[in-house]
Order: sequence, then C-alpha cells, then structure tokens
Amino acid sequence: MSIEKSKASEKIVIIDYGAGNIQSIKFALERLGYTGVLSSDAEEIKSADKVIFPGVGEASSAMKKLKSTGLDTLIPQLKQPVLGICLGMQLMCNWSEEGDTEGLGIFDVDVIHFEKTLKVPHIGWNRIKELKSDIFEGIAEQEFVYLVHSFYAPVCSETIAKCDYGVNYSSALQKNNFYGVQFHPEKSSEAGEKILKNFLKI
Amino acid sequence: MLTKRIIPCLDIKDGRTVKGVNFVSLRDAGDPVELAEIYSKSGADELVFLDISATEEKRKTLAELVRKVAATVNIPFTVGGGISSVEDVDVLLQNGADKVSINSAAVKNPELINELAAKFGRQCIVVAIDARQVQGKWLVHLVGGKVPTEIDLFDWVKEVEERGAGEILFTSMDHDGTKAGFANEALAKISDMVSIPVIASGGAGDKEHFCDAFTKGKADAALAASVFHFKEIEIRDLKQKMKEKGIEVRM
Repeated sequence: MSIEKSKASEKIVIIDYGAGNIQSIKFALERLGYTGVLSSDAEEIKSADKVIFPGVGEASSAMKKLKSTGLDTLIPQLKQPVLGICLGMQLMCNWSEEGDTEGLGIFDVDVIHFEKTLKVPHIGWNRIKELKSDIFEGIAEQEFVYLVHSFYAPVCSETIAKCDYGVNYSSALQKNNFYGVQFHPEKSSEAGEKILKNFLKI
Repeated sequence: MLTKRIIPCLDIKDGRTVKGVNFVSLRDAGDPVELAEIYSKSGADELVFLDISATEEKRKTLAELVRKVAATVNIPFTVGGGISSVEDVDVLLQNGADKVSINSAAVKNPELINELAAKFGRQCIVVAIDARQVQGKWLVHLVGGKVPTEIDLFDWVKEVEERGAGEILFTSMDHDGTKAGFANEALAKISDMVSIPVIASGGAGDKEHFCDAFTKGKADAALAASVFHFKEIEIRDLKQKMKEKGIEVRM
C-alpha cells in the first residue's frame, strides 16, 4: 500500500523535445506502476523528482531542438536524478561525431562512430559488464540488453558499464546525479525494467 | 558479442492475427497482443507485425494495435504492411513502434527511404525485399512476391543501403513456405555486400535451418511464422541448439 502510494506521488518527467519514440518509455513506466509526464516545460522539468532524457534520431538535429527551447542550458543544471537514454546519453557528452555537434558537456567524453569494418547500426542484444552503480543493483554481470546505435562513447572515468562491439565502450555513464545508458531499458525485457526501477528508486 | 536474433512474425488483418496459431494457453487465438506477450516471455528477441488488411480503417486499426502492443510488450517490434508515406511511419512510431518495414512503396518510390531515414533515423527503417529466381537471376518481386520486376536483387540491396536503410529483411519467395531451409547462398552474398544487418526470411522448417542461416547465410537475424505459431519449434529449444553450435545467442 505504502509502496503504491509513493509510486503514485513520484513525479517523473520525460523530456519531450520531438525526438523519437518516447511513448515506449511512458509505457514502460506504467508497467512498473509509475506515471510519466511528457513535457518540454522548464518549470515542470525542474519540479520533477526524476527526469528521463530520451532520444532516438540524429545528434545535431536533436541538439538544435534542445537549443531552440533552452533545454540545453536547463538540463546540465538539474539537481534531481536524470537518466539519459540512447541518443539522450550521447547528447549529455562533450561532443558527437554525428553531425559534428557539441553536446551538453555533462559527461567528459566524446562520442564517435564505430569502426567501418563492423555492421552498423549495432542493432540487437548484447551483454553489459563491469557494472558499478546502484542502477545495476540485482543485475547480473553479462546481462543482455537491447541496443540500436551507430556512435558510441569510449570508456572513460565516468563509465559504469561496458559493452563489447569490436571495442569495449561505455554502455552506461554516471556523474553525480546524471546517469546515461546507451541501451534501451524500456526494450530490454525484465532486466531493462529492473534497471529503470532501480533508477526510479534512487 | 552481439547475439543473433530470432524473430517471430505475426500476420495481422483488421487488428487480428490471421494465420492459425496453435497455442493451447491462448485465451483468444486471434489476439496479437496476447500472442506477442507469450513470444516475448518465451525468448523471442524481437517481433514483426505484418498488416495485410486492405480496409479504409486500416491505418486507425493498426495504430491502435501498435499502441496496445507497445503498452504490453517489453521487447522491440517492427510494423510493416502497406506503409507508403512519411505520415504512415510517423503515426506508427508515435504510437510506440520501434521500427517500420517498407517494401513495395520503396520499390515504386526509392526516395522514400531517404526521406524516412532523414526524418526518423536509419535505425528504425527496415527495408523488406521479396525476391525469387527467374531464369537463374534473382529478381525483386512486389505484392507479396506475386508481381515480378526487372530489378536485380543485389543491385537493389546496395541501393537501399546507400539510401539509408537501417536493416534489410530478405525473403526468398522460392523458399517461403517450403520448410526446406533459407536461401543461404543469396543471403551470404547480401550480407557480404552491405554493412547493415540482414534478416533472413522464408524457408524455416527445423532448427538446423536457422543455424544454417546464421553460419552459411551469415544472417544477423532470422524470421519465421508458422514453425513458431504451430509450436513445431520452441524458441528456447532453438536457442539451445544455436548455443551448442557456438552461435552467440541470448538465453
């Protein structure tokens, strides 16, 4: 009873800036018993208990959308837990090779393209390893997650999970209240839902 | 290592599954949402919904179905069947589809691939290609393989990749329904030509056929319908077999 009550009162905002399939994240939250609000409003985002920063698509056009709404200055200033997903995570980095675009500079790493010898996009299920964060509580080393991406963040001091696709790269990053995952927890079966749940419980 | 994917395909007409299914546990054998949920729990890596309805209500019914699937299922899914415009794709993605697959519309208007890739990103654009051999030459076919074109399969494969396809779903009409195995030779040729993932379709009859599609056909994923719907092959058993053969698989 008390758990249900706390879930219902938790305010989760999914940043809506016209990038990609955010409906799936909203549905995933609902399956976990939470309600997500889609918003691009600065006050609404600032007042959230948790913020989810999604993104599917192309980096430079997504960044343009963030700039045109002032979200590019708002997001790095947020104090509550923020979870960037896929392109969301990449935009939280310093720079992306995709469209040669500057990022939000939260994570101190540059996003680059996979080796040309590999099949790109990296689409499908791959393992995450060397997990070190509370969002991976109860998640086994080498757990499978679903990914779809052509660019990646190399391993750096903020790496909290790695994935191997031709190279070991950052499958997740963390700096203070900011978390980023390259994979799609909302599409990664039970393991993904567990990771989302862990984030929502922070 | 990235794993090889197993993808059950559900044929949909007016919001219901068409081909018979043999699932004792199903409360409603025609409910695609329930079937999708069962597949996601039994180890499917992705799902494909192929809409074959031809009614005026089609778009609305399909969007509603996509929404219900997205609300229920926690693995990725692709929607295809009669998609011919940016608006069609927008509605499906907005309702929660992860990817869309385009087929005849891309052949008739190849520029559509560029438009979709630019607007939504290539990762969600699957180009489905139906082909069969005519006098020793692989030719692209339309309307579920019924109408031949003059287009060479391998030329078309190269073109769709260049135009921005994120994945290629190749169905050999010569193999489809035969249960005699996938078109491994053509598959391997396609896979070697492109640097995007290739999904094999048409011909699955036993577990060995899937293994061959990955080893001989160099496919990244394999799709099938009836062998799964009629429980001739259990996905878990199939994956166990793949694992024994040293094929990377998500268990």
